[in-house]
Amino acid sequence: MNDMTAAAHGSHPSGLSYLEEPGRYGGIRSWLLTTDHKRIALLYLTSVLTFYAVGIALGVLMRLELLTPGETIVKPQTYNAIFTLHGVIMIFLFVIPGVPAIFGNFFLPLLIGAKDVAFPRINLFSWYLYIAGAFFAVTSLFTGGGPPDTGWTFYAPYSIRTGTNVSLAVFAAFVLGFSSILTGLNFVTTIHRLRAPGMTWTRMPLFVWATYATAWVQVLATPIIGITLLLVILERFFGVGIFDPEKGGDPILFQHLFWIYSHPAVYIMILPGMGVITEIIPVFARRTIFGYKAIAYSSVAIAALGSLVWGHHMFVSGQSYTANVIFSFITFLVAIPSAIKVFNWVATLYKGSILIAPPFLFALSFIFLFSIGGLTGLMQGALSVNVHIHDTYFVVGHFHYVMFGGTAYAFFAGLHYWYPKMFGRMYSQRTATLACTIMFIGFNMLYFTMLVLGLQGMPRRYYDYLPQFHTGHVIATVGSWILVSGLIVMFANLLIALRKGERAAADPWGGKTLEWQVPSPPPHENFEEIPVIDRGAYDYD
Amino acid sequence: MDQTHTASESSAVHRDDVGARIGMWLFLFTELILFGGLFLLYAVYRYLHPQEFHEAAKELNVVLGAANTLILLTSSFTMVMSISYIGEGEKKKSIAALGLTIALALAFLVNKYFEWTAKFHHGLYPNSPELAARSHGDNLFYGLYYSMTGLHGLHVLVGVVLLSVVLVYIVKDKVNPDNFIVLDNSGLYWHLVDIIWIYLFPLFYLIT
Repeated sequence: MNDMTAAAHGSHPSGLSYLEEPGRYGGIRSWLLTTDHKRIALLYLTSVLTFYAVGIALGVLMRLELLTPGETIVKPQTYNAIFTLHGVIMIFLFVIPGVPAIFGNFFLPLLIGAKDVAFPRINLFSWYLYIAGAFFAVTSLFTGGGPPDTGWTFYAPYSIRTGTNVSLAVFAAFVLGFSSILTGLNFVTTIHRLRAPGMTWTRMPLFVWATYATAWVQVLATPIIGITLLLVILERFFGVGIFDPEKGGDPILFQHLFWIYSHPAVYIMILPGMGVITEIIPVFARRTIFGYKAIAYSSVAIAALGSLVWGHHMFVSGQSYTANVIFSFITFLVAIPSAIKVFNWVATLYKGSILIAPPFLFALSFIFLFSIGGLTGLMQGALSVNVHIHDTYFVVGHFHYVMFGGTAYAFFAGLHYWYPKMFGRMYSQRTATLACTIMFIGFNMLYFTMLVLGLQGMPRRYYDYLPQFHTGHVIATVGSWILVSGLIVMFANLLIALRKGERAAADPWGGKTLEWQVPSPPPHENFEEIPVIDRGAYDYD
Repeated sequence: MDQTHTASESSAVHRDDVGARIGMWLFLFTELILFGGLFLLYAVYRYLHPQEFHEAAKELNVVLGAANTLILLTSSFTMVMSISYIGEGEKKKSIAALGLTIALALAFLVNKYFEWTAKFHHGLYPNSPELAARSHGDNLFYGLYYSMTGLHGLHVLVGVVLLSVVLVYIVKDKVNPDNFIVLDNSGLYWHLVDIIWIYLFPLFYLIT
């Protein structure tokens, strides 16, 4: 970088920001070969958002197909491929890596006062694995027997019989899982080894706690899906028979193994998001977080209990009644730590001096939408209710309330909260507020309608439907258009601000955590001198 | 593992052996759970088909299995020798011990090859007509046998590659008496491979 750019950056008297630091390599290689956690976070940001756009496009197509009964724009087989890919892309390429790989990478070291993660090169390797997995997932569309049509759950025995390109898609998920494991391993080690002096466990920002709990689930649960997916591949190529009923295998065991990972995985998805919200609430309420320890330990409790509830996906799969009752009970238990978080966020707001700004509005939307998602989850945890709403739109609505209204909204909140820190620019707050409002309306039109449709009996994954569901489908589809319009406004606003936004100060929101004490954007090695910590993370009193 | 930042990042080389060891142990957890899924399937299917598993286990070659167990146990010993030699500054002996470990790993794979091909000649392989004519329990036993010993064999193969790379590192003094965490961690991996076999051997060959 030349002297002019450095001089233009008043905030960096003694050096360049991480965006300008030339490093060992120049040009594009300074990004593709970087080991800087902040640059790797931006690599993830770019690639994750690209696939998010693809996932959204598929979702919109699906809604469009359902606008009228019968064929609207695509044939049934294409529709099956679209919902499978929408699921695979959203789950494995957006929701799972979203918050941890982007904000975890960027802010975990900053929040604990470290210069980087414990294994910077493994960190870069994880990103390459992510890209490789994404490549295989996309390739599976155009090669072999056509795009996979099993749904993102790859249930046996259909997944071992269908002629579509399941093997490659499953392998893609396997590679992505490995990427996730390495990220988790890296974060656990980082938190254990690289906290700044004085940064005790109870002085850590709560996002770090959430990331820590998540990282353990990533390390301990992901290998199970790894082996399950490998067995599907073995089954398809060699016919080992482990999940094939013709050879004595039990497809229900596939479901068990799949959900032993995939239920904890939804906590991999939501916990870091909850961590983001916990960072935002005290800053905009100008108050110390209420119940620090309760929030910290509830993250761990959610991670632990969440690993023991997988059977609630299988209430109607032929599980024993005893197993159903136990899984149902533990499912209700998970609601406790989740509710602890919600109550503590709300209690933090009480008597706070509230600053209304886009990150805060997204955080409030999160609390509202996630609460609906959580409560509808409890309805499904009840055995008697579950039998009726299983495999209906109610499940789809619930899932989108927690994953989109939860994780994705936390992601948006975090993006608006940390954007000035990451890029050194401020976006138009008015436009961001407008986008948030449009999205909120569209979101509820789309997914609340799904809850109602589900209660009326509309089955999920169906290409066609009875005339009585038509009104609901029309409302949902129109909602999807409103939601997407809001998303476009939101991302356009952020993109424009990259070049045209005003320069952001080091601490535009008045945050107290460590990332706000370094310039925006942060210098290459974060801290000139490793800070010494002598107080808690949210010191507003 | 990755204990140094690149030179451009930091003038003072940052090294954290404890961190590297934590990372390795976490990785070993994931390996245990990867195999854990298969052990779980084994447990369920054995419970469902006790008699067939009992009969099928008699067909496996206990002598070859025992030989392989002995080979792997010995290789774990030579692995430890290699680490302890490097700590004492005995580079040549360390290289010799590590070379021996690799040789034993290859011997294990050769043995495995003969064992598998012998089974193939008897028509006992996944999806074979011979197995199709047999009971569900037999199918599952051999499905698990090939999946589990196959995945384990793959780990032995990865171990051979890994240990060979570390061998080159020792020769080039990248791994030296002051910095041998890479060898240490590779040793941990190798012991894991050994331990998994120690469970596979009785489960498939001995419990009849």
